[in-house]
Amino acid sequence: MSQNVLVFLETDGDSLRKPALEALGAGRALADGLGTQLHAVIAAPNASAVAGSARPLPADVLHVVEDAALSTSLSGPACRAVRTAATAAAAGYLIFPATVRGRDLLAVTAGALHAGAAADATAIEVIDGTVQITRPVFAGKAVQIVAARRVPFCIGTRPNAFAAPTDGEPGSVVSHELPSAGDAPAATVEEVRAPEVRAVDLTEAEIVVSGGRGFKGPENFHLVEELAAALGGVVGASRAVVDAGWRPHDEQVGQTGKTVSPKLYVACAISGAIQHLAGMSSSKVIVAINKDAEAPIFKVADYGIVGDVFEVLPALSAAIREARAG
Amino acid sequence: MKIVVCLKRVPDTTAKIKPAADGRTVDPQGVEFIISPYDEIALEKAVQLKEAGTATQVTVLCLGPANATKELRKAMAIGADDAVLLTEDRDFRDPAATAEVLAAALTELAPDVVFCGWKAIDNDSATVAGMIAARLDFAYASFVVGIEGVEGQNALRVRREVEGTEEQVLVPAPCVLTAQRGLAEPRFASLKGIMKAKRKPLETKAPADAENASDLVALQPPPPRAAGRILGEGAAGVPELVRVLRDDLGVL
Ligand SMILES: Cc1cc2nc3c(=O)[nH]c(=O)nc-3n(C[C@H](O)[C@H](O)[C@H](O)COP(=O)(O)OP(=O)(O)OC[C@H]3O[C@@H](n4cnc5c(N)ncnc54)[C@H](O)[C@@H]3O)c2cc1C
Ligand SMILES: Nc1ncnc2c1ncn2[C@@H]1O[C@H](COP(=O)(O)O)[C@@H](O)[C@H]1O
Repeated sequence: MSQNVLVFLETDGDSLRKPALEALGAGRALADGLGTQLHAVIAAPNASAVAGSARPLPADVLHVVEDAALSTSLSGPACRAVRTAATAAAAGYLIFPATVRGRDLLAVTAGALHAGAAADATAIEVIDGTVQITRPVFAGKAVQIVAARRVPFCIGTRPNAFAAPTDGEPGSVVSHELPSAGDAPAATVEEVRAPEVRAVDLTEAEIVVSGGRGFKGPENFHLVEELAAALGGVVGASRAVVDAGWRPHDEQVGQTGKTVSPKLYVACAISGAIQHLAGMSSSKVIVAINKDAEAPIFKVADYGIVGDVFEVLPALSAAIREARAG
Repeated sequence: MKIVVCLKRVPDTTAKIKPAADGRTVDPQGVEFIISPYDEIALEKAVQLKEAGTATQVTVLCLGPANATKELRKAMAIGADDAVLLTEDRDFRDPAATAEVLAAALTELAPDVVFCGWKAIDNDSATVAGMIAARLDFAYASFVVGIEGVEGQNALRVRREVEGTEEQVLVPAPCVLTAQRGLAEPRFASLKGIMKAKRKPLETKAPADAENASDLVALQPPPPRAAGRILGEGAAGVPELVRVLRDDLGVL
């Protein structure tokens, strides 16, 4: 069976999402390691336009599936598109960005293909011709390495873990029709309530600034928002804060919230309970600001300031804005 | 409407995870096991649907070691009617084989609705539920935060949350749904429930044959973090932090 690599390129409006580009970078490296071809697929209502403009896009073959049905967040139509491309590409390895949608699509595609799967990879290597995948497990408390035994095999790439390609053009572009759904009854969307501006998802953010119970109330969380804005990051929260109703559920970082892996995580007035660490300990750099020098968060932090957030945060936000301006 | 809830037995959230000497499994020393939290949420919702008359039967299904009967008894104490344990003792079951085995068991159980957690918190895979749905050709909706029955139809109306967008989705049976936080608050088992659970049927049997699609090479501790540095106290630490952000990390 062929060992070509196929990458699912998730779109966002007219462009490709950053985690999709990272998946493409991972796919390029894997195909090069295997000495096989890299294929990519764009499946969206406006797929041709995105395929024409999104660069860099270093795939040997770009598959384009354009259909209005692909606007849904349900994975059924996208799964049919990916399977069509996988057949055309003679794909052995299918790579998906481990975004919310990408993970779901990986699962149903792997199920439909009776394929193996390794979600949320942080490294993919070819060792003696075998593809090995490294992935954090137990919310980052351990790392698992698995080897694909057979193809097809589906791999998810964790956001911020792989480098996006810097140049390259598709070698060729092939368009496909979206196959119609089978007879099996499928879920249908009846109503969508989208936020006016879709914030960058925490799990994909490069910079996350989280606040904890030390802020004493929702009225003080603007300090966290201001620091996040100054850094160009996204706001997160501890469970204590979410449970108290100060912040929405989808901002919770931790074992029962989101697992984040940003380049920079700033924990403000968060004690660093094991369930919180579970969601953020694989961040590249961790900065902690806490008035208690003994707080467990300092055990995982790369840099720390021992101090009161009500004093430190305004000063820090101002200094960052100043550094940026000058 | 018959519901099967897929429950996985996993180390407690507070457990210290240390790879054992074999470099493949978790050192069991001091590790407590629980029902994976999102599965527990799914179970709670299933029991609520039964109490509301939408569901007629709630069965719990687990692929795991013999001592997972403890977690299944707990599930029945919470309100499940019966349980099936596919007993095996292996140090590695990959998602593909897990889904194959569970799908085979589900074909026999013939539920209208399969509930899963969106992910199990041990291997953080979030793949088994979608794989089961695709293998069985069941309708599928993930990240469900609300469920209601639909009058006169063998279908459920669910709310799902995807990246801040909320959707209302009509899901015909048979289907697989995955639970996200917010769907339900798990209850504690009552003493009466615990007594009743002792007499509820718990079937144990061997799982169907299925081969892993991947091999486990190693389970390792996470890469060590270098010792951290305190940059200062109070606002006095700010200039050095800004310098680090700008010069060492290049984020400004
Ligand atoms: C099953 C289970 C799952 C859980 N899942 C999660 C999860 O997903 N995510 C999560 O976060 N938690 C989770 N928890 C809860 C977790 O155990 C902690 O209770 C929680 O993380 C504490 O939040 P916190 O750090 O904001 O609050 P606290 O632990 O109360 O810490 C507040 C910190 O702020 C500091 N502080 C106070 N005032 C100031 C000030 N003015 N300036 C600077 N510092 C200050 C204090 O020194 C302290 O360190 C879970 C718990 C359980 C049992
Ligand atoms: N061994 C298992 N036994 C029962 N259910 C399981 C098992 N493994 C996974 N599941 C179900 O599939 C969901 C997703 O698991 P995972 O893909 O491993 O993150 C879990 O929340 C369970 O509902």
